Amino acid sequence: MALLNDEMREQLSGFFNGMKKDVTLAVFTTKEGCESCKDTEDFMEEMASLSDKIHFAAYDIDTHKDKAEAYGVTLTPSVVLLNSEQKHQGVKFNGIPAGHEVNSLIKGIMAVAGSLDTLPESQQQRLKKVTKPVNIKVFVTLSCPHCPGAVEKAHQLALENEHIDAEMIEAQTFSAVAEKFNVSSVPKVVINEKFEFVGNQTIDDFLSEIEKTQ
Amino acid sequence: MELNLNVTEETKVQLKKEVVYDSLIIGGGPAGLNAALYAKRKGLNVGIITERLGGQVMDTSVVENYLGYESLTGEELVNKFIKHVQKLEVPILKEAAVEKLSKKDGLHEVHLKNGDVYQTRTLVLATGSKPRKLGIPGEKEFSGKGVAYCAICDGPFFEGLDVVIAGGGNTAVESALDMAKIAARVDLVHRSEFRADQVLVDQLKKYDNIHIHLQTQMEEIIGEAMVTGINVLDKKTGDRRIMNTNGIFVEIGYLPNSDAFKDYVKVNDHKEIIVDAYGRTNVDGVFAAGDITTIPYKQIITSAGDGAKVALAVNDYLNTHAAVEAPQEVVAK
Ligand SMILES: Cc1cc2nc3c(=O)[nH]c(=O)nc-3n(C[C@H](O)[C@H](O)[C@H](O)COP(=O)(O)OP(=O)(O)OC[C@H]3O[C@@H](n4cnc5c(N)ncnc54)[C@H](O)[C@@H]3O)c2cc1C
Repeated sequence: MALLNDEMREQLSGFFNGMKKDVTLAVFTTKEGCESCKDTEDFMEEMASLSDKIHFAAYDIDTHKDKAEAYGVTLTPSVVLLNSEQKHQGVKFNGIPAGHEVNSLIKGIMAVAGSLDTLPESQQQRLKKVTKPVNIKVFVTLSCPHCPGAVEKAHQLALENEHIDAEMIEAQTFSAVAEKFNVSSVPKVVINEKFEFVGNQTIDDFLSEIEKTQ
Repeated sequence: MELNLNVTEETKVQLKKEVVYDSLIIGGGPAGLNAALYAKRKGLNVGIITERLGGQVMDTSVVENYLGYESLTGEELVNKFIKHVQKLEVPILKEAAVEKLSKKDGLHEVHLKNGDVYQTRTLVLATGSKPRKLGIPGEKEFSGKGVAYCAICDGPFFEGLDVVIAGGGNTAVESALDMAKIAARVDLVHRSEFRADQVLVDQLKKYDNIHIHLQTQMEEIIGEAMVTGINVLDKKTGDRRIMNTNGIFVEIGYLPNSDAFKDYVKVNDHKEIIVDAYGRTNVDGVFAAGDITTIPYKQIITSAGDGAKVALAVNDYLNTHAAVEAPQEVVAK
């Protein structure tokens, strides 16, 4: 089932014309007990068809254990964005990035393609001091209009610092994970499984929480 | 499965720190966007600084009272606004929070949270409002643990559960209607009578899982790890009781986002910026528009209209006030 209509295809193809570098959408699925795996795979393949610079790769999490491990994939479906050197820079989506999250996916692709503005100098300076591993989980629902803002910021931080890894987690598909972190309002941001806040806060607020882990 | 695609091309023009703007607009909701449109068309050198481009309209599921559009999502409507403004190449600085304002050499300075400063001859304050809190015990403690302020965002967590909607205005009634489709039971609790439009109130009858409690005061939110209920006072009988519930959506109106400005311009007891019919504040060259002002009734169309009016007032102001001399550069050495 195609998710994109003609109008969306045209709009997105135009948008992706601005991609500076290639990006691979690596989709991890399981054969059994995964309701949205097939849809996610189809959707990513559809996205890849919109630009020569977007590539699609499908992996079964059980048969490609090495890859899953290398990218830190434990949930299915998950989509990892790889850069032109096939490197994982910490931009990951757990659960289908549909609904409002399609916007995070598009921004993620453009960011990994090197086509978005970098962070201002003052924030770069703060980021330089982050030298220990940081994991940012952003819990979302697909009906949440201001969740993509939080996901995009987390991904941007991951792209600008190799120690930061950022993942969207769709709270309904992964309700057990959401429950573990007591998620009942989104976006909810959890850093290193310890520091958390609710809402689409500013990059500076993200940085303040991240600094607590250093 | 559906897609809520929302890609607007980034504006090519950027806001510059070395430029003195004719007008800087703080806030990118309907008021700020329309102010930018009108100011730009008057030939003013104008820019927008905003946290979340689109404002509250982004959180609105459907809008059915904007003239010319019978029904569309808030996001669709505001994307039309944004596209229109972007066509005119107005620089928009997004995801930027203004922390305070100050005066220097006859100009106004806008200080961002990240330390950056921008200069302008006039200001349009249009930072809108945010959901009002109940202000009762338990609210803060259980915020994000059953207490929520965005029904379309957090509604899915309450599938098959019981929820309370607090409030009696349009937003509360709309949330009750939305939640009735997902939740097992919806209790609509309001301390007085309905303020919502009759067309909406009439629709409540269509759902037999919606229960209405008017003249009912919420006194405390209770729970353990998550919310389990609320203590309510029936104002007619004077009885107090516990209403069991899994979640509470607070939809009791809005509070102006005026904290960053309250030391610069006069606000009233409700924290609304006091303006006259032209949108002028008590400070020369500083204007305000939309939800943040003392203008009654807070709607998308009234905020947008307000933005237009204020931009015209800014233009008149600039026409009658000569530009201050650019401060002389002091040559060191
Ligand atoms: C759930 C919901 C449903 C609604 N439904 C309707 C409806 O159906 N019809 C209708 O007419 N109205 C509706 N409204 C009301 C309508 O959305 C508002 O009246 C309108 O958006 C106000 O516009 P504004 O431009 O004044 O402010 P806002 O829309 O609030 O925009 C303010 C902007 O300022 C930014 N900002 C805030 N603080 C700062 C800061 N310190 N620095 C920089 N930027 C800042 C914000 O991020 C935002 O972008 C609804 C509101 C809500 C919340």
